[in-house]
Amino acid sequence: MTSRRQFLQGAGSVVLYFNLAPMGAMAQQVGAAALPGSLAANPALDTWLRVAADGSVTLSPGKCELGQGIQTALAQIAAEELDVPFERVNVDNVDTDFSPDEAYTNGSRSVEVSGAAVRAAAAEVRAILVDLAADELAIDSGRIGVRNGVFTVDKRDSPLGYGDVISDRSLARQATGTARPKSIDDYRLVGTSAQRVDIPRKVFAEEAYIQDIRLKDMLHARLVRTGDREAKLLPPTDFDSVSQLPGVVKIIRDGSFLAVVAEREEQAVKAARELAKLCNWETSGLSLRQDALPEWLKSAPANVKVIAERGSIGAAKTVRTDSAVYSRQFQAHASMSPSMAIAQKTDEQLTVWSHTQGVYPLRGAIAKLVGLDEDSIRLINAEASGCYGQNGADDASADAALIAMHLPGRPIRLQWSRADEFLGEPYGSAMATKINASLDAKGRIVDWEYDVWSGTHSIRPSGGQRAGHLFAARQIAEPLPAPPVGNIPQPRGGGDRNAVPLYTFANQHITKHLLPDTPIRVSALRGLGAYMNVFTIESFMDEVAISLGEDPIEFRVRHLDDERAIGVLRKLREQMAAADFHTKRPSTGVGIAMAQYKNAGAYCAIAMRVGVDAERGQIKLEHALCAVDVGLVINPDGVINQIEGGVIQASSWTVKEQLRLGANGVLSKDWASYPILTFPEVPRIDVALLDQSQEPSLGSGEASQGPTAAAIANAVANATGVRLRDLPLKFS
Amino acid sequence: MPITLNVNNTEVELDIDPSTPLLYALHNDLELNGPKFGCGVAQCGACTVLADGRPVRSCVMPISGVMGRKIVTLEGLGSRETPHPLQTAFIKEQSMQCGFCANGMVMTAAALLEKNKNPTEEQIRTALSDNLCRCGAHNRIVRAVSAAARSDQTGESS
Repeated sequence: MTSRRQFLQGAGSVVLYFNLAPMGAMAQQVGAAALPGSLAANPALDTWLRVAADGSVTLSPGKCELGQGIQTALAQIAAEELDVPFERVNVDNVDTDFSPDEAYTNGSRSVEVSGAAVRAAAAEVRAILVDLAADELAIDSGRIGVRNGVFTVDKRDSPLGYGDVISDRSLARQATGTARPKSIDDYRLVGTSAQRVDIPRKVFAEEAYIQDIRLKDMLHARLVRTGDREAKLLPPTDFDSVSQLPGVVKIIRDGSFLAVVAEREEQAVKAARELAKLCNWETSGLSLRQDALPEWLKSAPANVKVIAERGSIGAAKTVRTDSAVYSRQFQAHASMSPSMAIAQKTDEQLTVWSHTQGVYPLRGAIAKLVGLDEDSIRLINAEASGCYGQNGADDASADAALIAMHLPGRPIRLQWSRADEFLGEPYGSAMATKINASLDAKGRIVDWEYDVWSGTHSIRPSGGQRAGHLFAARQIAEPLPAPPVGNIPQPRGGGDRNAVPLYTFANQHITKHLLPDTPIRVSALRGLGAYMNVFTIESFMDEVAISLGEDPIEFRVRHLDDERAIGVLRKLREQMAAADFHTKRPSTGVGIAMAQYKNAGAYCAIAMRVGVDAERGQIKLEHALCAVDVGLVINPDGVINQIEGGVIQASSWTVKEQLRLGANGVLSKDWASYPILTFPEVPRIDVALLDQSQEPSLGSGEASQGPTAAAIANAVANATGVRLRDLPLKFS
Repeated sequence: MPITLNVNNTEVELDIDPSTPLLYALHNDLELNGPKFGCGVAQCGACTVLADGRPVRSCVMPISGVMGRKIVTLEGLGSRETPHPLQTAFIKEQSMQCGFCANGMVMTAAALLEKNKNPTEEQIRTALSDNLCRCGAHNRIVRAVSAAARSDQTGESS
């Protein structure tokens, strides 16, 4: 510590911290040179939009539907700019045969980057079609408008519609970015709660999910694996008895990768169960003790980096210093559908149906894993249950591809078991944090030292270079080297996401400790480090405010100069008054918290009211209020749904969830050993959206995770006086 | 020997192992999309179907156990043309994110509404307490069940 300070003093006031403008702001600047969002990398207009002779529109984004409603939001944007009825826009699933490459659907950025691209592409398509109509009608294009997909001349409907002027080559051109999108004052569809396009087919049990794809002559596969991808399958491996079981087509063994393929699903299940009994594994063992995780995190080898620095710690006159340490256990995505995939190898091509978040990056990784050219692999995305980050989707796709390579011909449907998913998914990393903060005589925090310890939040198998991240890559006879774990730099950050406070502390020093090697595989779980860092910062702010006898909202406002952050806090105060959150009731407490996701995304302030039965160690979540600023809202109910869902999922993490660890590895393998929040435990939730339609749209999917955790801990402290600093929250 | 099942008011004959879980027969042989594989151990509810009106976890129920019982899946509950009030309400309330749990929610709620035409919110939450949802659509689901109950009573579609 001393040497660092001396170094900094010697170096003068080195300012490493800088605040980037929100990505959306850049994405919305439409000009001839700069194509917005994902359009820059995918400028071919007909990659995005196609218009049929009947005037219907097909939108083909590169972002995957994950249950977050992105297809609906993008369809609204396209229909708005094209002036066609919302119902006339169909949205394609993502497919490497025809979709734009928008890499991953992650980071709550789809509305920002894909939305900006769709808006610009649709505006340009509309302009092209108007020009075609002008030619057809031999009048000046300035007289032509569009209403419901029909051209108007001098504001009167003409006999011509989009379908009448379109030809095969009309949209086969590069976007120029010259068409000006509509003014928000003219919006009729964006900003309305259009019903989700995917819900009817789900409610009526039509083909909606990857699980519903049934290909001719499809075989069924199951894996035999432990959760340890370094585990070695030991001899003897005489599996003849299983080969003889009814329906078994083939047992596939490639090093320690083991799968069985059968004619029928239940036959594959049974064969895998029998196969497992014959297997002896040499596991790498697990040296982690559940209760010693925080100490382990702080003592394990780490790459240490100062990620933000302002002023000089110790230079200001201070009257007191507060310190606290916090921790978080490993937590699981625990998706409702265990991962699956379908793969088929023919002479020409390997086709993989996958519920991945990124067909193009995964294609590169699978190509490397199975030794094919990317060009001979087609990845087709289809929806499964929500993933909330990197669950087993990519791993299962690679598993299916491997199996198909060993058994060419018929399509093979690989279904992971529930235990495969719980044991095989890359978890959200355990984390630890520490704050030292000093206050001046006016009760203002002037020095802020922050440390965060975490495993990676980024082992996505994106492209051949990172194929080694795939589960099977370490199992096969010729394993791929394990690539270095990802380190997402600031300002987005991985484990250090939201580690830089939004508050205006005069002096701050933020350090991240990235553990390059964790004995448990970890990667992106919704919000990444933001969940823990916001929990830490907002718990600490609350504690200091209370110790000063200050109102928690006013204390925060006093340390903010971001008007939008202040705006959500002010809105929250109104909501709390209206919902009577200020009346103190026995064994009940109210806590608040606020964050701007990634310090660049949506603003979210949350107040949570909880009841606490400290003797029985129970925290009953009663009511959550959320004030949210996502800039221009595309679909209000869609945003509210995402915020509600985020509150409930983060509540579940915060009061219930931890991966159970034992001497032989992870013990959480089903919903009994990894319980989540249930209906009677879910709080009432009310969400208010701020009107900020002049601001660029921001994603809402991860905004409420961090504030929820801190609001609950602050409410518990308010109810009991007990400050819980370890996630999940438990009374000892 | 083939086994005869009554699924969605149709008699079907299946020449498969009687120990086959009902879920696989419904999903793979009868190509029904409603019941979903979520856990295979009767913990999550995604595979729920009705057997003689009672919710059953089809992932652990062998087909031999439902012979002679009337099986109803989400497909049998209603369609776009003749939707069940719950299906209408789930759309109106936008009661899902990914919707993978929705089959189990709708089927379990349908059984509840058969027994209790006017359940309280608490009764709905209790009835659904063994059905898991990971996206956090719980409150919307409860709203939809309440709305469906009301519409059923008034005879209006919600």
